[in-house]
Amino acid sequence: MNTFPLDVAHMLAGGMVLVSFMLLYQDRMFALLNVFALHAVVLSASVAWQAYVQNAPHLYVPAAIALVLKGIIIPVALHRVVIRLGIHRGIETVVGIGPTLLLGVGLTALSMVVMLKAAETADPLAREDLAFALSILLLGLLMMVTRRNAVSQIVGFMSIENGLILAATAARGMPLVVEISVAFSVLVAFIVIGVFLFRIRERFDSVELQALDEFRGERR
Amino acid sequence: MNNSLIQLSFEPLTAVLVIPAVTAAVLALLPSYWVAARLNVLATFVTLIAAVLLLFDRPPPGDYLFIDDLNNAFIVLTTFVAFTTSVFSASYIAHELEIGRLTPNHLRFYHAMYQTLMFAMNLGLIANNIGLMWVAVELATLTTVLMVGIYRTHEALEAAWKYFILGSVGIALALFGTILVYMAARPVIGEGADAMVWTMLIKNASSFSPELLNVAFVFLLLGYGTKVGLAPLHAWLPDAHAEGPTPISAVLSGLLLNVALYALLRFKMLLAVNPAALASGPLMVTMGLVSVVFAAFMLYRRRDIKRMFAYSSIEHMGIIVFAFGMGGPIANFAGLLHMTMHSLTKSAIFFAVGHIAQAKGTQKIADMGGLTETNPVLGWGLVLGVVAIAGLPPLGIFMSEFLLVSSTFARQPLLGILLVAGLLIGFGALFLRLNSIAFGEPRGASAEAKASYVPMFTHLALVLAAGVYLPPQMVTWFQNVAKLLG
Repeated sequence: MNTFPLDVAHMLAGGMVLVSFMLLYQDRMFALLNVFALHAVVLSASVAWQAYVQNAPHLYVPAAIALVLKGIIIPVALHRVVIRLGIHRGIETVVGIGPTLLLGVGLTALSMVVMLKAAETADPLAREDLAFALSILLLGLLMMVTRRNAVSQIVGFMSIENGLILAATAARGMPLVVEISVAFSVLVAFIVIGVFLFRIRERFDSVELQALDEFRGERR
Repeated sequence: MNNSLIQLSFEPLTAVLVIPAVTAAVLALLPSYWVAARLNVLATFVTLIAAVLLLFDRPPPGDYLFIDDLNNAFIVLTTFVAFTTSVFSASYIAHELEIGRLTPNHLRFYHAMYQTLMFAMNLGLIANNIGLMWVAVELATLTTVLMVGIYRTHEALEAAWKYFILGSVGIALALFGTILVYMAARPVIGEGADAMVWTMLIKNASSFSPELLNVAFVFLLLGYGTKVGLAPLHAWLPDAHAEGPTPISAVLSGLLLNVALYALLRFKMLLAVNPAALASGPLMVTMGLVSVVFAAFMLYRRRDIKRMFAYSSIEHMGIIVFAFGMGGPIANFAGLLHMTMHSLTKSAIFFAVGHIAQAKGTQKIADMGGLTETNPVLGWGLVLGVVAIAGLPPLGIFMSEFLLVSSTFARQPLLGILLVAGLLIGFGALFLRLNSIAFGEPRGASAEAKASYVPMFTHLALVLAAGVYLPPQMVTWFQNVAKLLG
């Protein structure tokens, strides 16, 4: 059996996991956005490869969306948001880089164990891509909880979304993939516009209790 | 051509989607808020009629849409509460416009979004394709986010943002679960659209890979559970309820939480068919019970009236999820009844609260008091609503809670004790606050409220009627649905 298509698919999906790790340790805003653009480009290549291997031309649509929207337009837009909000210096993290990376390794191992065992009966291409997708998803979640800054949370969310698109395209013949990828793009666009318009800087979990009570309208 | 148009307009299943979609487009262009509010009422009323017609004339399941006993119960409830809320909304927004909190432009947007939300919820309920259902829930989330942030205050934007981020993560998890269900179905049903059609899935679910289904259900429970507002995934819910316009709070509590729950139930049914898959009951029972107890304690510290009833919604969604998690004919019946009663009661309470907050000019509990003296109709309406939501006889919620508690004690006494403890703690908190709001010395400003009391008292009358006498047709209908749920 010719394993070449499989190997390339694995290389690309594994590359996305690697880029997800890179996202975890970025401490400069612009670097973070550049790495995210790379994430989207690798996703685009991966989806395009699936489209080619599965002989499913409609999958080129999500690939194009990933490349144009998430690889170019959104990073550029976020660049401008970052400059306008004046938050381009450092990224505040809740947990240090070291422990975060260790946690990331643990999550990746967990998703490999879970998915490879659960999807034993599925075909190998889909199975391993699902495992990769799950680790991208968990790494994205980890990034969202360890960052305070709204823009880096969005980047975390978008990397989750990239993982989901990877999973959806790896599931051979899944219907509505294009529609789902479009629906997700709309969601992401809304998030970016929201940040841009309303200048949301921080997540709202200030440790300062007074600010919290004020927000909830519950100050005595 | 003409003939086919008539055919289309009498097809109730498409009508519940087409009417809101078309109305949303019209409302987006309509400048006059007065006309828009009335058109909104009219459209929701016609949608309600279409939904009721579905009871009598059910088309066979299609590739994308289908209707059975379960989603028919949901869709009638949804369209009914949507209709009464639109009546309430018409008088509510007139006041908001008067005091300048909203501009006519905002209202155009608001009405268009209201109908878009109806479209999304109806689509989510009658979708026969789990991918389509996911897209509908996502659309519903987006529209409610936009409406929560409509006041553009700092707090409203923060609430909308929090809801957006948590809701999006929940939705992302649900999508992963949906993909896994497709992966489980593909070897059995084959590649392509059929492997996402729910009626096909349920037929073949017994031969799916149980491991994949298990993992999928965990993701679906966390994903859609976020939208249901189950603790500990509930953080968005109180803020979204408190900061948005009150009609949206009513729709969120009364309807959107139900739609997410419905999605969860569909997948629970898939797992129930497969003997090797994990039992979904204990997971749901745990999350439900945690929500009930947690929300009951949280009720004590609330100082904002809308936040308080938002926590009460978490408690009641917990009760409903607990009931469906217990399973069996009686608990499922109780769950369905409780869901219906909670939707009606909670939206009635929000109708009252909306007008109260307008009359008092604040949402702070400390600044309102003696409502039964200053605004007797609103005050007593709220008292009646809280009596109903707390589960006192002879109202409908007492019936469903009694059924649930008694059946739980018969099967799992320990869980029954925890559930009753949660209910009683919540009960105490509600009456503590109600006492200071409704009785005693009048406090705070007291303007005359220009309110429409009809929706509120219609709901409360229905809840009372259901508590006293449930029509036998409704009982058989709910029993059939309870059987479907296994």
